[in-house]
Amino acid sequence: MATFQLELVSPEKLLLSRPVEMVVIPAAEGEMGVLPGHAPMIVALRGGVISVREGGQEKERLFVAGGFAEVGPERVTILADEATPVAELSRAEADSRIAAAEQEYLAAAAESPEKREAAMNRLLAMRAMREAAQAG
Amino acid sequence: MPSLKSLRTRINSVKSTRKITQAMKMVAAAKLRRAQTQAEQARPYAERMERMLASLGASVAGSPDAPKLLVGTGAERTHLLVVVTSERGLCGPFNTNVGRFARNRARALEAEGKVVKIITVGRKGATYLRRDLGSRFVGEISFAGKKKIGFEDAAEIAARITAMLDEGGFDVCGLIYNRFRSVISQTPVEQRLIPAPLPEAAAGGAGGALYEFEPAEEEILARLLPQNLAIQIYRALLDSQAGFFGSQMTAMDNATRNAGQMINKLTLNYNRTRQANITKELIEIISGAEAV
Repeated sequence: MATFQLELVSPEKLLLSRPVEMVVIPAAEGEMGVLPGHAPMIVALRGGVISVREGGQEKERLFVAGGFAEVGPERVTILADEATPVAELSRAEADSRIAAAEQEYLAAAAESPEKREAAMNRLLAMRAMREAAQAG
Repeated sequence: MPSLKSLRTRINSVKSTRKITQAMKMVAAAKLRRAQTQAEQARPYAERMERMLASLGASVAGSPDAPKLLVGTGAERTHLLVVVTSERGLCGPFNTNVGRFARNRARALEAEGKVVKIITVGRKGATYLRRDLGSRFVGEISFAGKKKIGFEDAAEIAARITAMLDEGGFDVCGLIYNRFRSVISQTPVEQRLIPAPLPEAAAGGAGGALYEFEPAEEEILARLLPQNLAIQIYRALLDSQAGFFGSQMTAMDNATRNAGQMINKLTLNYNRTRQANITKELIEIISGAEAV
């Protein structure tokens, strides 16, 4: 089956760079499956799980807390704010980060709408992280 | 002439100094390697970010309501200088070089009648610049006690700068830090952060395809720009960190060599004095025997 190059980078390091058959990315406006030959696109990501498929099977699941993806016909580059393999997520950590994000949201609620929205996005990302941790 | 005892103490003290500088050199070398790998690993992200920004920015830069982070405020009156230095000393001319560079830059800007504001990152830069430019300080950031600089630290600085921009605190922002050229050479440079210099060459070339955006271009850009700012700062921090260890290693290497030379000189002196004492005693004995 045809493949394309998938690159997953976080500010701290290059996590993944290899040819894959399909990748499902959590775009800001809904999950998006990318196959080879996709039209060029730049999408923002929300917190969620990236799933890498090879040979008709899910090979790898990674949690990202947001970021961007550049999609092209032969290459997909994902710039993640923070990326961890789902297997390495822990519920306890997710819980504590949700609590922190909730606090932040309450603090931001009184401020400008942009700040509130940013805090909201963070909170949602952390909730997605807990879900992923539970499912994984 | 110094006594034998005082010479002995001095030799011993220089020897222990040499031991310390030698150990520090080893530690700096190990940390340098770690800092270099960290800097290396941050590179792919920065490169991809640049490419994405190039394809995005080109289409938005012309419009009148382009974000401030990209095009600045339009004025050029107030300059914000972010000066990155190290936390610790014992690293040769590393901090002095950045400090002098920053001071000259600030002076030049003020001579043109512009207002200068300074944020220092790292303890050493703050102490160096405070005497001359203390009144221009608007913030001091220090990582004292931190083992490793993370991306969050850079993001925090970026958030602070963005907040200042929103309040109209400055028009142009520059980042001054030591660029890591090699282990023995670091040069202070100024990099402009706001307005963001757009990497244009790539836009027309291979990446010239028309992108679709989801959500809208402006929205993505509004999220991408702060991230880009953070990654630029992160890169500079890592560069400066690697440069610091390189500089420290060189400085400690020199110190060890100097201590070795000093020990040789003192030992020579010590032996001469000892020989002179013996000769003196012999003369005394012989002349005493002759007198009898």
